[in-house]
Amino acid sequence: MKALNIIETGYRATLEEQDDPGVWLSYTLKAAGGDVDVLLRGNAVNYAVKGQDSTGLQYGASRQTEPPRLADNIASLTSKGIVVFIVSEDLQERGLEGVPLVEGLTPVTRSGLARLFDHYHQVWHW
Amino acid sequence: MADKKTLAFALMDPPYENARSTTALRLIHIAAKRGYDINVFAYEGSVFLAFAKQKPHPNAMHGRNVEEENHVLTKDLVSSLMEETKRNGGRFDWVNCGLCVDERGAAEAVEGVRRGSPGDFLKMAEASDNTLVIGTRG
Amino acid sequence: MASYLLIESRDPYDSNDVWFCCDLARQLAEQGDEVTVFLVQNGVLPARTGARADGLSGLSKAGIEILADEFSLRERGIPSDRLMAGVKPAPLDVVIDRLASGCKAIWH
Repeated sequence: MKALNIIETGYRATLEEQDDPGVWLSYTLKAAGGDVDVLLRGNAVNYAVKGQDSTGLQYGASRQTEPPRLADNIASLTSKGIVVFIVSEDLQERGLEGVPLVEGLTPVTRSGLARLFDHYHQVWHW
Repeated sequence: MADKKTLAFALMDPPYENARSTTALRLIHIAAKRGYDINVFAYEGSVFLAFAKQKPHPNAMHGRNVEEENHVLTKDLVSSLMEETKRNGGRFDWVNCGLCVDERGAAEAVEGVRRGSPGDFLKMAEASDNTLVIGTRG
Repeated sequence: MASYLLIESRDPYDSNDVWFCCDLARQLAEQGDEVTVFLVQNGVLPARTGARADGLSGLSKAGIEILADEFSLRERGIPSDRLMAGVKPAPLDVVIDRLASGCKAIWH
């Protein structure tokens, strides 16, 4: 069973979770033996941007010592053999053409999504 | 049942926050009435759907006391869905993602709910005729 | 040829991403897949006659089945005779029917 995990929402609970739950789940499903790939669309395309920095949050005396490293997490997906697709137009809309991104991503256009989905038994939108 | 199916659902939303949790339970109810085998993986805030410590409350705007308001508690809905499924000859497996339970302190779930991991969701999806993921929005 | 059920829970007044479902439905139909769009929750709001219905109105012209959850319609006071052309009310059971028949179901 081949599944495509669509991750769209960006920065939802990432500071509290210290990662993105959709990204984490994809990594964990792969580690459990699943055949999963990922499609980043919408604001989640920003996860691929190098140079994100969410260090320094403090609440009273409580400091967050392990802030999310979202670009690293995306890189860890590709190094685990997960194909990470990223929607080209969503990058363009957000001014991300020419901005350094994590290596190893597979661009896909909006018009290519239907063809892409046909290659998977399941398409899960997290 | 000749046309018995096994369906898996993955949920993310906690109760009382948006319409998705209601629609999810409505879908599970339909499957339960049909006696399907039902697998539910509760991820993130949806681990609170079956939280045993939910309590009803009165509603002053409605002018109703606790009994009169009869506030829906999703933990009761989950239990009812389990019973409905079994009554109709189906099996019901509800797994709360363990790490999501831990970080939320949501360990106390109604009877029949078990703790698990994404590995359980993978097994559910592979063992089911189809899977519906109802993701969240932020 | 695959069958798809696109469950649209979002509306164009609160989300500017509803084009995703409409575009995807059109693309899938163009490549020969069977597609149903099932509106649920606030996703039924643009189905009211006279509402701004970005994208939705073009779908039925493209031969795509558009269903709207009867309960969501009733909840929002949208009677079936006030639905835009091409949208039919349907029970939520249809989603389970389609899942049971093996449709690829994508929630949006």
